[in-house]
Amino acid sequence: MVEKWIKRFYAFLLYLFLYAPIIVLIVYSFNSSKSRGSWDGFTLKWYVELFKDRQIMKALYYTVLVAFFSSAIATVIGTLAAIGIHNAGHFKKKILLNLNYVPVLNPDIVTGVALMSLFVFVGKQLGLVTMLLAHITFNIPYVVLSVLPKLKQLNKHLAEAAMDLGATPFYAFRKVVLPEIMPGIISGALIAFTMSIDDFVISFFTTGSGVSNLSITIFSMARRGINPKINALSTLMFLSVLILLLMINKRSSLEIKGKDDVA
Amino acid sequence: MKKSAASFPFLIWVTLFTIIPLLLVLLFSFTEGNIQNIKEMKFTLENFKRFLQPNYISVLGRSAGLALISTIICFVLGYPMAMILSSMEPKKRNFWVLLFIVPMWMNFLLRTYAWMTLLGKQGLINGFLEFLGLPSLNLLYNNGAVILGMVYNFLPFMVLPIYTVLSKIDKSIIEAAEDLGSNRITVFRKIIFPLSIPGVVSGITMVFMPAVSTFVISRLLGGNRYMLIGNLIEQQFLTVYDWHFGSAISIIMMVMILIAMAFMERFDKDKEGGRIW
Repeated sequence: MVEKWIKRFYAFLLYLFLYAPIIVLIVYSFNSSKSRGSWDGFTLKWYVELFKDRQIMKALYYTVLVAFFSSAIATVIGTLAAIGIHNAGHFKKKILLNLNYVPVLNPDIVTGVALMSLFVFVGKQLGLVTMLLAHITFNIPYVVLSVLPKLKQLNKHLAEAAMDLGATPFYAFRKVVLPEIMPGIISGALIAFTMSIDDFVISFFTTGSGVSNLSITIFSMARRGINPKINALSTLMFLSVLILLLMINKRSSLEIKGKDDVA
Repeated sequence: MKKSAASFPFLIWVTLFTIIPLLLVLLFSFTEGNIQNIKEMKFTLENFKRFLQPNYISVLGRSAGLALISTIICFVLGYPMAMILSSMEPKKRNFWVLLFIVPMWMNFLLRTYAWMTLLGKQGLINGFLEFLGLPSLNLLYNNGAVILGMVYNFLPFMVLPIYTVLSKIDKSIIEAAEDLGSNRITVFRKIIFPLSIPGVVSGITMVFMPAVSTFVISRLLGGNRYMLIGNLIEQQFLTVYDWHFGSAISIIMMVMILIAMAFMERFDKDKEGGRIW
């Protein structure tokens, strides 16, 4: 059983490595000293001050706003795209799929500077709108990739049967196809939402002065030293994402039932 | 109405916000002059020639080197972890895999920043060493710190695709090999590893690509002394405003990544590399 012990120890070390900085952040959000070096005792004051901080609250507002709208719009375009791709002929399908992969495979920084170039080239002022357009752009592929597998599982004849029974194509889509692919659409939307919340690089290049999301705020703070308020905020966000994630996991484990792969 | 017409909005979107921007970068890289006016731009190869100066080449070399080292470390650390995860009982392993993904859902800037707290002069690690009566170490603002940041941020991208492929391997193949007298090393060398190559290939590309292009990790953990190609691009676009040169560097980086991917593709004969999602 030495081997089992080694395996466990190895896994423990790697998880420790992954979680160490997160634990540090969470612990320091309760530290009454402002400096990172010393521990002065437990406090909740950073959580209180967090909500009074105009700059952080504004950044949080922009983050959520952009995440909400970009994931919603990307979900609509991406779902339609997935349906189109699924029904396209072999050659067209290949082209569309490859186009879909471009933003996924392109390094963030290139996507960022390319979009920035476009906006400046056409004379569009950088700001909330350009950041939103950029987020929709990098979100669409993830929606397409999570809806497509659901369409593949779909029984082709279901919609036909509905139409034989007198449903219009749109009615058949809404009542038969849509509910079947809904799990894929929802997980696509959730992935898009989290991608958008987490993005820094592309937002950094596509937003203008006055509009910054949390990542940009954190980046600009990092050189001066991050305020413990940010630690408090990230603790709260981490917990909400964790809850969201457990919900998705429960969903997919209900869906999968007997099957044992998550990925 | 044809159903494939549903992809029409997508096609317009991709053309406007993916294809055209990339073509613009390509255009900028081969020109000089006013970026907002095509007529005033003149064709030139100067931007690419300029990159051949030793100081830029050394940035390119350092970027490729650090990304390569990080990728190797991720592979060495990640492969055993993927094996451990895939050997768990199905019920347990969903939980542990999820636990591996969860850190990625915390803002990566903050997680990287937290490493500054751990590695700094008065950081936790040095504090611990001091407590033990050992001399403190210079852990921050060097190549080591940048590599650590890369490994930390990109390790899940290595583990997950390998795990996915490993967990799909048919157990009866392994049993058959054992029945035929193979020992565990032979089973690993002749069966498990070759079957996991698609996962390894996508893991390597998914780590190498963001590692080469990052500018945040090197900025935070490397200080301003350690420039990578990503920092160079950022500087040209946001500080120097030489978008033509910045575009040329972007194109060079993309070509470098494409070469690396094409090279890796040769090992992935089945072309069905595991993906995270």
